[in-house]
Amino acid sequence: MTKRSLTCIICPMGCKIEVELSDGKIFNIEGNACDRGLSYAKEECTSPKRILTTLVRVKDGLLPVTSVKTTRPIPKALILSAQKELSSIVLEAPLNIGNVVMRNILDTGADVIVTRSIKKVQNDSFVHP
Amino acid sequence: MKERSAGAIVIGGGPSGMAAASSCREGGIGEVLLVEREGALGGILSQCIHPGFGVLELKEDLTGPEFAERLERQVHDLGVQVLLDSYTNRLSYEKGQGISIWCISPRGLEVLKAPCLIYSAGCRERHAFEAGIVGDRPSGVLTAGTAQSLMDLHGLLPGKEIVVVGSGDVGLIMSRRFAIEGAHVKAVVEILPYSGGLTRNIAQCLEDFEIPLLLSHAVLEIRGKGRVESVVISKVDEMQVPISGTEREMKCDTVVIAAGLVPEVGLLERASVRIDPATGGPVVNEFLETSLSGVFACGNVLVVNDLVDHAVEQGRLCAKSVKSFFDGSLQRPTTWKKATPGKDIRYVVPHLFSGERDNIFYTRVRSPRGRCGLLLRELSKEVRLIGAKPSEMIRLNLKKDLLSQVKDDLTFEVHD
Repeated sequence: MTKRSLTCIICPMGCKIEVELSDGKIFNIEGNACDRGLSYAKEECTSPKRILTTLVRVKDGLLPVTSVKTTRPIPKALILSAQKELSSIVLEAPLNIGNVVMRNILDTGADVIVTRSIKKVQNDSFVHP
Repeated sequence: MKERSAGAIVIGGGPSGMAAASSCREGGIGEVLLVEREGALGGILSQCIHPGFGVLELKEDLTGPEFAERLERQVHDLGVQVLLDSYTNRLSYEKGQGISIWCISPRGLEVLKAPCLIYSAGCRERHAFEAGIVGDRPSGVLTAGTAQSLMDLHGLLPGKEIVVVGSGDVGLIMSRRFAIEGAHVKAVVEILPYSGGLTRNIAQCLEDFEIPLLLSHAVLEIRGKGRVESVVISKVDEMQVPISGTEREMKCDTVVIAAGLVPEVGLLERASVRIDPATGGPVVNEFLETSLSGVFACGNVLVVNDLVDHAVEQGRLCAKSVKSFFDGSLQRPTTWKKATPGKDIRYVVPHLFSGERDNIFYTRVRSPRGRCGLLLRELSKEVRLIGAKPSEMIRLNLKKDLLSQVKDDLTFEVHD
């Protein structure tokens, strides 16, 4: 039997939750103030997930990068490999919020979308620092 | 000198300023000028690419740039006049003449005139010297906001081996951003015995990436020739004094200072507007009006907010006050009642109220505690809280029938 201490990230209360585990199976959960904490603790111990926000390079844009996010949380263990996957992509300006950068990244079922609109740079236009 | 007149001027195009300017237009103010120092609207939101914005205001969980773009669309759709690359450096007020602002931009020097001003200039960051860090002055020492702008707007990773000073939400969120982009965050160093950030940010920003949080520690010195090579850190006692013998050197190439925000009140101070030393922002009444009649304040320059939703709420309230200012319904009582911070409370905003209407108060405790009660002493009324931390602002909506019972002062206190 192993014990895991978690901090619930669902709401600002940040409950300290204690989970008793054996062979990846949950035996007991304590410390959560509500049911959402219970399901968070379950998911966190079996398959923790996070939204990934990162950057993707942009060609001919007023800014050289745009920010992107996964449309739903992806397994925590895949966060860094998903970032790596996106780091090799170069998008072309103009871009709008919601443009799809990649579908079903790493088979997670989540798409990656643009979260900052980027205008195309005009030939002789002044690029604001 | 060119002159330009408007119904209302808004200084600062961040979230609260954009909300204030568009709500002024919605309220029927003829010309609204939104003056922004940068080349684009959005303020700090534009570089906060993480999610968690707009949960209260829009009932959606958006990233900073997405939320900023929604607000910016309202600004343009509602016909706000936006002045970019525009720096303001003087505010003068003459009775009967209204407010004049000196504005410097690529267009030259202009004087902007209006009966009302909404000031939403936000904050600047505390830098290394203000955090008490001395030593060499190599490159690689940046504030968190500068690092964020380099990385998330301009695509430049500021360093590879990073020490973050300060564990407020800004420090925690930047640590995660560095880790995701492939830098190694060696430690987050916090002088207090507790983190200044939300508990869930400690979990999802530090624990997720196995970043050590060194509580009751301080960076004493930065060392390096040309580029940062290391920092000297040490444990500190309860009085935040370094404990001798605990110093150690930590190799790094970058030091990121996330040591808090200071309201940008220079323009107001030079116009002799009253400042609250506890918030660093102006003293305001329930209309969010400063000690200068017709000058209102919202967003982080008023009070450092944890949630953008609250900054936007303050912007909209300022716009409502401007509307009342014009239609004559902005009625100030002959004497204001005071909202006063008492035991273990750092500040209460707004500072003055009439008791003639419902009022939202923002307050913070001085030290973290579990279940406790927020006592409104003169009313013998207690609001139970499941927990309170200095990092988590408490928002209270108090009703008119309650506030009207207050004689002169309403003291906010915390008790177990």
